[in-house]
Amino acid sequence: MEILVCIKRVPLVGSTFILTDDASEIDTRRLGFTLSPHEECAVEAAVQLRDAHGGSVTLLSLGTAETEEQLREQLAIGADRAILAITDGSEPDPQATAAALLEAIRADGAQFDLVLLGSESADVAGYQTGIRLAHALGLPVVTGVKGLTVDAGVARCERAVGSEREVYSVALPAVITVKDGLNIPRYPSVPGRIKARKKEVSTHEVTLAAPRIVKGRLVVPAAAAKGTKVLDANEQGAAALVDVFREIGLLA
Amino acid sequence: MILVHVDHDRGAVDAVSLQALTLARCLDSDVQAVIMGGAEFAPELGEYGASIVHVAEHPGLTDYAPQATARAIVGLINSLAPTAVLGAGTARGNEVLAHVAAMTDLPFAADCTEITLGSPVRVTRARWGGNLLEESTVITTTLFATVFAHAIPAVQSPAAGAVSAFTPELSPADLAVVIIERAGAASAGVTLAEAKVVVSGGRGMGGPESFSLLEDLAGLLGGTVGCSRVVTSAGWRPHAEQVGQTGTKIAPDLYIACGISGATQHLAGCKNSKTLIAINTDPDAPIMQIADYAIVGDVHAVLPQVIALTRAATGA
Ligand SMILES: Cc1cc2nc3c(=O)[nH]c(=O)nc-3n(C[C@H](O)[C@H](O)[C@H](O)COP(=O)(O)OP(=O)(O)OC[C@H]3O[C@@H](n4cnc5c(N)ncnc54)[C@H](O)[C@@H]3O)c2cc1C
Ligand SMILES: Nc1ncnc2c1ncn2[C@@H]1O[C@H](COP(=O)(O)O)[C@@H](O)[C@H]1O
Repeated sequence: MEILVCIKRVPLVGSTFILTDDASEIDTRRLGFTLSPHEECAVEAAVQLRDAHGGSVTLLSLGTAETEEQLREQLAIGADRAILAITDGSEPDPQATAAALLEAIRADGAQFDLVLLGSESADVAGYQTGIRLAHALGLPVVTGVKGLTVDAGVARCERAVGSEREVYSVALPAVITVKDGLNIPRYPSVPGRIKARKKEVSTHEVTLAAPRIVKGRLVVPAAAAKGTKVLDANEQGAAALVDVFREIGLLA
Repeated sequence: MILVHVDHDRGAVDAVSLQALTLARCLDSDVQAVIMGGAEFAPELGEYGASIVHVAEHPGLTDYAPQATARAIVGLINSLAPTAVLGAGTARGNEVLAHVAAMTDLPFAADCTEITLGSPVRVTRARWGGNLLEESTVITTTLFATVFAHAIPAVQSPAAGAVSAFTPELSPADLAVVIIERAGAASAGVTLAEAKVVVSGGRGMGGPESFSLLEDLAGLLGGTVGCSRVVTSAGWRPHAEQVGQTGTKIAPDLYIACGISGATQHLAGCKNSKTLIAINTDPDAPIMQIADYAIVGDVHAVLPQVIALTRAATGA
């Protein structure tokens, strides 16, 4: 089974959002970058499926040259090769993202039985790249998947709805977007990292269409000033908490 | 005219779809709804401002079918030419509108908290699970957008709610992805999303054994257990209990965060809790700044005391 996984380099965010002076971007100078848990689960699922069914796992990311960092990290957990669709760093909207990913897939030329993406990107959360890519590739798409098995060319996809699960079935080739909780992604091992250094990362220059969702300012919503009450870490503090339980009607 | 896609599931209208109807009513006096089957919901949608309820009738639409729903909506867009099509900022609402946008090759703004129609169209939309907002302009002929869940309350604004049935033209490809089976809840008891009280643990719990403390306290308070992503990725607790941006978003009456630092991605899931209590050894942990009540201490020392006193108070 030939599997493609689309992953996106996103800013690492700690306890608060620090924006650039013009409020157009997150300030990444201190914390650096990471991947969304959804996409980590997508790579883990791809590696598990390859190990069970044979074939290979290709990673694809659209981003700046530095995106190689995230691609190498995921090559280290077991993906076979990577494609980096290089941009100048301007932020495409989801429509332009899907178009550029399509261009890179076409330029690469390989045929994929399964294309995995995250349900939504960690930063933009456009909820659409996988669906747009599926329409462009003429493939069916199942989204938000938290349980995935493949048997005889058919994928069984489970999606959580409250405490229940909806089950969809789709014949491959197909696009599937997945969510955190699909599996527990492994950490890269030292041998994995060493092997990853030698794996192929091919680059494609892609042209980005002008965004039709034109990003203006970013705003950090103001948190309500709470006035935290600090209680003692002893019997008295514990008793005060029980009073709180009583006040909000949990205890008679 | 604004067209609003309304989702329903086994006998109930989706609450966020009603919030989308409310936002639509703030933008235009003529709001119409489109629903897949479910003519019986027309009076309710009328109460929330729909003058006409377009009911798609097709044997393939007896249960949720994402691409078929989108195809039906695209058909209506072609005949009615709405200025905007809105939907719910839910897994289904976002999925349907993304299909509509892909079919028509137009932009789609998911999870909007504010919309201003005109030229240009302006939206404010949620990034990072709502911890960051983006103010954007959308270059489009018809705005496709969903309304961020629970950003605005649904308000009644009665209109006719007249049913207009139509039969969409669907291809086999539109019906390739449908629900084939439903698997019920694994266990009975309160679910995380519905629980009034959530007692949640993070890395500071030290290991899976300590979660019995959280189960005890949750049991006494009629609540359930939650956790952070560090806990699920270590395999200490199932992902169904994860609170946050890529877990479940909750708004319980009481949230007790034990050994959780309060990363933005965790707060995205619990910051709407009515009362938030944090227990943490680090007085400077971000969770301590947003908590209503904070205890600076070790969970292994504090929780047994709280449990003992709560048990005494319940007489259990
Ligand atoms: C795109 C993205 C999405 C994410 N989505 C989620 C999500 O949905 N949910 C989520 O939770 N995280 C999510 N994360 C991860 C998130 O960034 C944090 O890594 C995570 O929330 C931290 O978990 P924690 O608070 O348990 O651990 P830590 O940050 O390590 O905090 C542990 C805390 O325990 C305290 N502590 C230690 N020992 C004790 C003790 N004995 N008694 C009391 N306190 C003690 C420490 O002072 C510290 O504050 C996401 C990350 C990304 C990049
Ligand atoms: N720049 C990118 N490079 C590779 N994949 C991407 C990129 N942007 C988005 N994706 C994929 O598309 C998914 C959904 O993104 P979005 O539509 O922005 O919510 C993400 O989880 C990724 O898997």
